[in-house]
This record gives sequence, structure tokens and C-alpha cells, in this order.
Amino acid sequence: MSGQPPHPGRGRLKVYLGYAAGVGKTYRMLEEAQAMRQKGVDIAIGYFEPHGRQETIAKTEGLETIPRRALTYNGTQFEEMDTDAILLRKPEVAIVDEFAHTNVPGCERVKRWQDVHVLLGAGIDVLTTMNVQHLESLNDQVWQATGVRVRETIPDWVVDEADEIVFIDLTPGALRNRLERGVVYAQEKAQRAMENFFTEANLTALREMAMRHTAHEVEEKREPASVLPASSRQERILICLTGSPTSAALIRRGKRVADYLQADCLAIHVAAGAGGIEAVERHLSFARNLRIETHVIESADVPRTIAGFARERGVTQIYMGRSAPPPWWNRFAETVVQQVVRQARDMQITIVAERRR
Amino acid sequence: MASRVDRRPDPEELLRRVQADERRERRGRLKVFLGYASRAGKSFRMFDEGRRRKERGQDVVVGAVQSKVTPDIQEILSKLDVVPTVAERHAGRNYEVIDVTAVFRRHPQVCLIDGLACDNPPGSRNPQRWQDVEELLKRGISIITAVNVQHIREQQDAVERITGKRPPYSVPEEFLREADEIEVVDAPPEALLDRTSAGNMPDSRGLAELRELALLLAADVVERQLQEYLESHGIAGKGGAQERILVCLTPRSNAPDMLRSGQRNAQRFHGALLAAYVEQPGLPSQDQERLQSHLALARELGAEVHSLKGADFVEAILDFARAQRITQLFAGHSMGDRRLRWSRSPIDRLIDAAEGFDVRLFPHLEAQ
Repeated sequence: MSGQPPHPGRGRLKVYLGYAAGVGKTYRMLEEAQAMRQKGVDIAIGYFEPHGRQETIAKTEGLETIPRRALTYNGTQFEEMDTDAILLRKPEVAIVDEFAHTNVPGCERVKRWQDVHVLLGAGIDVLTTMNVQHLESLNDQVWQATGVRVRETIPDWVVDEADEIVFIDLTPGALRNRLERGVVYAQEKAQRAMENFFTEANLTALREMAMRHTAHEVEEKREPASVLPASSRQERILICLTGSPTSAALIRRGKRVADYLQADCLAIHVAAGAGGIEAVERHLSFARNLRIETHVIESADVPRTIAGFARERGVTQIYMGRSAPPPWWNRFAETVVQQVVRQARDMQITIVAERRR
Repeated sequence: MASRVDRRPDPEELLRRVQADERRERRGRLKVFLGYASRAGKSFRMFDEGRRRKERGQDVVVGAVQSKVTPDIQEILSKLDVVPTVAERHAGRNYEVIDVTAVFRRHPQVCLIDGLACDNPPGSRNPQRWQDVEELLKRGISIITAVNVQHIREQQDAVERITGKRPPYSVPEEFLREADEIEVVDAPPEALLDRTSAGNMPDSRGLAELRELALLLAADVVERQLQEYLESHGIAGKGGAQERILVCLTPRSNAPDMLRSGQRNAQRFHGALLAAYVEQPGLPSQDQERLQSHLALARELGAEVHSLKGADFVEAILDFARAQRITQLFAGHSMGDRRLRWSRSPIDRLIDAAEGFDVRLFPHLEAQ
């Protein structure tokens, strides 16, 4: 990899982005690793998931593999990447498959991308693989298009910070051929996969998302928001979060729009009474994980507090979930959304509907 | 979405589909590798696919090779049959022309054509190479070919803006859109700059812009394929990955702000911008004029403008939004005025019924 790292001494991260298992991410990564090894680069495999794919396994030939560590959890043996062993060995470049992986409980870090950050911090370059559906911001869209709620997600900023991203393409037809030939999964599993997740429509939708996301990353790297003068960053988005289960989708949506508009993003929760509700705490911490600045204000007048805070902080757009309908005994009472709309008429207000399938 | 209903096509549509299917059955299949710069590895990927297909028992020949061949491609070529191109010279220029007749006579299952964007000399069977390919496809020969985004005609204004140069040859975008398969060959620009010492290459910023152009073009093609697939399988109302923004215009809405914001959002998301208004009989002439100027601005900003009919404003907008797979709907606060305390305003009804899209409310003109 070439170019100057933005933080001297920090390793460079390269992500091979695909849209499904079997498109050839790991294969391409290993191919590149082999080319680097031939040029004399000190490269080692930190983690590799063979999935029994012969062509891919053949590509590891001659590459040094740092042994995994074994862990026992609930009486079952698991193997995870041995981050400490990689640090000790300290190759120039480490290969780490499956960036979105969640570690077994008992590891120092919850997510593999956090292990990768440790390697990068130690000055080791990392090559890694992931599928587009693991991006946090696309979680609702992926569910809408495929019916699958992806549980292992990566905050977008983690991928945004990669120095390079490469889209690995294969047509859905060719991928389904591979499945049929038993290249990706064992025959029986392949058959089930083709009927469920690996349908032509699902794969096509995911592929389009991967193309658009790569284009977005390329554009961001070309014109990062951080180099824009403050004056051109006019937009500021405020997300009003609550304990409602729809808040997670609201946060993802608001943050995604903020990212695309290169806008600042804040979140507020107006607590009517003292004491945190667990769901609210969870949403606040979810927002912070996505690098959204969060605020909690205690007040009985929710709409007025939201409008006041927004005005004070120069917010241009307020993001809210849909209010519950008024109770039957007061059918024409104003909802919270209606009250905010009335009190913040100088601002744009976006009401995010739940996505359905 | 809730509107995943069966849509029964009318008889004419059915006939058109059957005829298209028949045409497709006789026609060879077209696969295009799309890249954004030379040396991104398109040619290798194309020939490598030819090699694998031959290994799987397909009858594969090479119909055109580019002048400079790398050793890895040379190795593959040595294992494949080649129908050589015909060298011609015209007005001091050298041409390599596909020997269409010879390929017909040989009639392989698959023919590999490198360098799709290429002129033939005057007096040739076809002025351009992609037209030769079209003939081969019609005769039932499948084609695998490779092209750079620089050579797609409809992209060339953008390409010229980025590189300052306009490539001499071009292929119509429609040709790409009609392909059975399109595959993107992506690579980081740094890798290309490493590989080449030629000064003919755009700088890394230019390469990044071309790369984005190729990815977005491919995404558009894929989006259309997805919609066609869903339609032909009777699945409606399922959106792709593209953001589609609908600005709802009324005579009294703050159209300039809504439309400019819509345009900016559409640009940032590389999405679609639509504007719609619901026809109202007996509109006062002053309102009529305001509406007309809003529509003119919408067109000027590149929005696709639609006029909707319907007794109920909200229903008309909702139906249209569903049919168009809208993801963001822009409306004015002014539509939210409740004249009577016991009636629901149009905005309230829109928000209540919005499924699968966001509703963004914009301030009054007066409020500013």
C-alpha cells in the first residue's frame, strides 16, 4: 500500500467489500497478499476463515499463519484471533478475515474491528474483508430488502476510516452458479441458502448497496467533510430519541442523512422525570457508538424543550419518530410531533416512518 | 412494505414480454466488464473468465485482443482459439477490425472481445465495434467484453470535466444497460498509479472521480435490473438502494427552499429528484402563476415533474410515492394548518400514512 498514513506510525487499513459470502473477497485479499510476499513484504495471516473452499485455501500456500487462541465458553471450544501473538510477531502486514465478527465472551474486546484497531495502533498494516450488510447505517434498508435483520454490525465511521476500500464484484447469477456447484457451502446448506437469503432479488439489492456505498466512500476520501470550511457545513441535524423501539432506526436514519450531507449530528432525549429508563440508556449509548453527540435534558414540556434546544444550537433539521396516536378520550389532542411542528416552524422537521416489509 | 401485491400485466404488456423473451432466447448473452481506467485488470478478468468457461467445456474463441498484451494474459491466450482481427490502414491510421464473417463461420458459443470502444475504418461492415458485437449477439453467439467508463457516450461530458480530455471512441449507454450481466472491476487508484509509469494517466483525484462514476453507473444498471426482475415476478413497491426524493408542490409552498434542498440531497445521495403537484380545478390565477413558476424552477433544477390527479390530495400523493418507491417526501408546513380543531390536516394524514418513507416538513415563506 502506498501514500502517507494520516497518523504517522499507525498502520494502514484496507477493506475488501463484498455483498455476500462467496463473491471472492478473501480470495482477492490472499491473491494480493501473495503478490506482496513475492515483493518481499513481511506479511502474516492473523485470522483466516477457510469455509472449506479449496481454491481459497490454495491461496494461503507459503503464507505464514499465526496460530489462533482457543477459548472455552459455556463448555464449548472456540477459536479466536490471537491479537497478542500478532503484536508479538509484529509483521508489516497482517491478514484479518471477517472484519464484522463478534468475539466469544471472555475476549478482551467484543468485536474483531476493535482487535484490528489495536494492530493498527501498533503500526501493523491490516487487510480485511466484510460484506456491505454489516454496515450499521444500512441495517434497516437491508432488512427491508431481504427480510434479514443483521446482528453483527460495524459503525460506519470504522469503515470510513479505512485508508482503502475495494469493491469485489460478481454477478448474482455467477454467485448462484458457485453455490450450485458447491463451491461456497456444502451441497445441502447451499440449497437452503439459495431458497432463502441468496435469491436473485436479495443479491441484486445488496450488490447495488455495495456499489453505492463504495462510490460514497470514494467520494468521501476525495472530499472529506473535515477539510470543508466550517461555513459550508451549514446543516446540523438533531435526533430526538426516546425509549421507543423505533428509536434505533431513527438514529441510524438521521446519522446516515447527516453523513451524506456532511452535517453535524446531535441527539437529545427529554426526560419527563428523573432516573434513566433502560431503553433510553441503550439508545443513548448506541448513538454515542455512532459518534453522535448526545444530550439529556430534564423537562416536563418535551416539545418546547426540543424546539428551544434546537434553536440554541443552530439546528437546521429535527429528526423525530412518529408519535403514538392520541388517546380515544382526547382524539383531537395534539401529538408531540404536531406540537414540535408548531413550535419550530422556522426549521425543517423530518418524521421517520418505521420501515415495513 | 405493505404494498407487495401481485400486479397483473395487461395483454399487450404480456405479448411484449413474450416477444422479448423469444428474442432473448435466440440471442447470445452479453457480459460486460466495466472498469474506470486502463490497467485496472479488466482484460485479465475477461480472458480469465474465458479460460474458466473453456475448462468447463464451453466453446470459446477470442475475437479481438488489444495491442499491448501483458504476460499473464498472453499465457491465457496461448490456451484459447483466436480468430485474428484484420489489419487495415485508412487515411494514415491503423485499424484492427473484427473478422465478423470468420467468427460467424467458426460459430463458437462464446467470443471474447477486448476493447469494445473502437472505430472501424470508413467502408466497413459497421462503423463501430460495438455494432459488430451486436451482430454476433443476434446470430446467437455469446460475448464477453470489457469497456472503461470513459468510453460510455452518456458519461463523456463528466469524463471530460474530470480529465480535460474526451476519448475519441464511444459506446452508447443503452448497449451496457441491455447487457445480461455487468461486472465492475474495481481497484484503488493507488494500485494503478503504482503499476504504470505512463504520463497518460489522470492524477489520483481524477482517478477517484472516474472510479466513482463507474460504480454509480453500474449501480444504476443494477437498480434497473432489480426493478425489471421484481416487475416480471409480480413483486411491486420494493425499493432498491437508491434514495428517491419527492418534493410536493402547492402554490403557497416555499418551493425554492424545498427544491434546492431536494436537489442537494439528491446530489449527495446520487439519488433521484421528483416533484409533483395535485391538479386543482378553479385555482385563482395568482395561485396558478405561482405554481407555474415553482414547476419551472423544479425543471430547471433537474427534477422530474409529475402532475397528479385525484379528488383527495393526500391519497394522490401517497399512491404516487408508493408507485415511485419514494424514500423521502418533502412538504411545506403550510399544508399542516388546521382550520378546524376537529379535522386532521393533510400533513397529519401524510405522516400517519407514510410507510417506508420519511416526511420532511419545510418552513413557511412567511416564517423566514
